[in-house]
Amino acid sequence: MSVLRMSAAERRLLPGGRLSGATPWLIAIMTFVMMLVAAAGLTVSHGAATLEDASASRYTLQLPGGAGKEEALAASIRGLPQVRSVEAVPREAVVDSLERWLGAASEGADLPIPALAEVTLTPGADAAVVEKAARTKFPTAQLSSSRSTLAPLVRSLRALGWVSLGLVLLIGLAAGAAVVLATRAALAANRSTIAVMHGVGATDAQVAALFQRRMALDALAGALVGAAAAGGLLLLLFGAGQVSERWLGGGAPIGPGALFVLALLPFAATLIAMTVARGAVIATLRRTP
Amino acid sequence: MMVSFEGVGLRYGTEAEVLRDLDFTLDKRGFYVLTGPSGAGKTSLLKLLYLAQRPTRGRITMFDQEVTDLPREALPPLRRRIGIVYQDFRLIEHLSAFDNVALPLRIAGMSDADLEQPVREMLAWVGLSDRARAKPPTLSGGEQQRVAIARAVIARPELLIADEPTGNVDAEMAQRLVGLFSGLNQLGTTVVLATHDLSLVKQVPGAQLVRLEGGKLSDPTGALRHPPQRREEAGA
Ligand SMILES: Nc1ncnc2c1ncn2[C@@H]1O[C@H](COP(=O)(O)OP(=O)(O)OP(=O)(O)O)[C@@H](O)[C@H]1O
Ligand SMILES: [Mg+2]
Repeated sequence: MSVLRMSAAERRLLPGGRLSGATPWLIAIMTFVMMLVAAAGLTVSHGAATLEDASASRYTLQLPGGAGKEEALAASIRGLPQVRSVEAVPREAVVDSLERWLGAASEGADLPIPALAEVTLTPGADAAVVEKAARTKFPTAQLSSSRSTLAPLVRSLRALGWVSLGLVLLIGLAAGAAVVLATRAALAANRSTIAVMHGVGATDAQVAALFQRRMALDALAGALVGAAAAGGLLLLLFGAGQVSERWLGGGAPIGPGALFVLALLPFAATLIAMTVARGAVIATLRRTP
Repeated sequence: MMVSFEGVGLRYGTEAEVLRDLDFTLDKRGFYVLTGPSGAGKTSLLKLLYLAQRPTRGRITMFDQEVTDLPREALPPLRRRIGIVYQDFRLIEHLSAFDNVALPLRIAGMSDADLEQPVREMLAWVGLSDRARAKPPTLSGGEQQRVAIARAVIARPELLIADEPTGNVDAEMAQRLVGLFSGLNQLGTTVVLATHDLSLVKQVPGAQLVRLEGGKLSDPTGALRHPPQRREEAGA
């Protein structure tokens, strides 16, 4: 009696359509929650990676009190092999953003307005070389990485990703416990059948196969329902989010690898339920003489 | 020698011993009839024989190996060589009579095609051909008992253990069933039959009477000390 190739007669040994009416629903709900949490975690991790990538080669070249020298500042490093692009930030834009930070008061105050240029370096380029080039003409120029300003955000996004992974594992653990309980209940309900099977020489593996198969079917049904519901909801959410994603220039909210992981989740859940059920059956049978 | 008990005792939980100091051997060709008052421990002794219970002390040897503390995994192959008729039948209620009888063959891995004919023949032999599709709750007590017997003998066991196998059938069917056991015995099956009906002993030439009382065995005919001769000689 193997789990996959079981004859109709062998299947008849366990009566009824399913182990217990609640099991598939329980697994459906757990799969639903698990997939949503996993999707959220994957999206956040993907966002963190995108943000980090985007900020990795972005720099700001700054000349304190250098208002009016924006173009000259940009020109000082333009043409260097390490520089992919450099763009002077217009004075008005700098003033604008200062106002946003300091309020209208900044207008009257005699604030030293810096000259700024936004720089994108080629991948792997040495920022120090670029800064040195700028300083030959403007000794007080500073080249600072956007990465360092975004780092705390990236770090907390990463942490959120790990938290959701932990949640997925916890939900999986709870689902496993539910499967163990359902299997034990099923064993108790079929105690006399099991006794007769043992009496005619059935092995524990043969008995376990019956319950394992039933649990696999229940789990698969539940997992597919839960996954379909989660998939629908995610499509709705991400479909709406797509517009803002484009605006941020981030593309798809999660990569194809992550999508694959999500699609695999219900089947993994089924496989785990089946294995856990088998373990629970064998462990329980071992305690009988 | 089919079975040997050496200083075997059995107790349930912390109660007094139900069986104590059992020392005997059963011969391969033997047909043993176990009697004794209700509660004497007949069913308990049979449970030791069909490996559903381990003794609390002593040693049991069966099929040329010590089974007293065999690991769990080693028991199924031995159990497949034993046929059991339970006192309470233990038919699987949601399976048809046919499926109940076919169970030992299926567990042993026989295909549906191969077991169809032997199971049909067996059901015909116990007079249940037209009840093959019936579920046990719809069968009479005697019919259930016959299904239980058919299940016990379908796989041609080397050791047949029957606990009150004729309690629910009329005298004619009882005779027929004992005739079946006797026939199997002649083909080489060791039979151990617990019963209150001593007239069964008379029906089987060479049957050995064994009495269980107060947790101990006595054998009025000396069957256990002197294994039976060949049945033909004994019956003559
Ligand atoms: N599982 C058990 N747990 C505790 N006590 C038990 C158990 N099974 C049997 N007993 C006790 O052991 C004693 C012997 O029981 P057993 O069923 O072996 O008797 P028996 O000779 O088969 O009786 P009967 O002729 O009525 O079938 C009885 O006192 C019974 O109460
Ligand atoms: Mg009894």
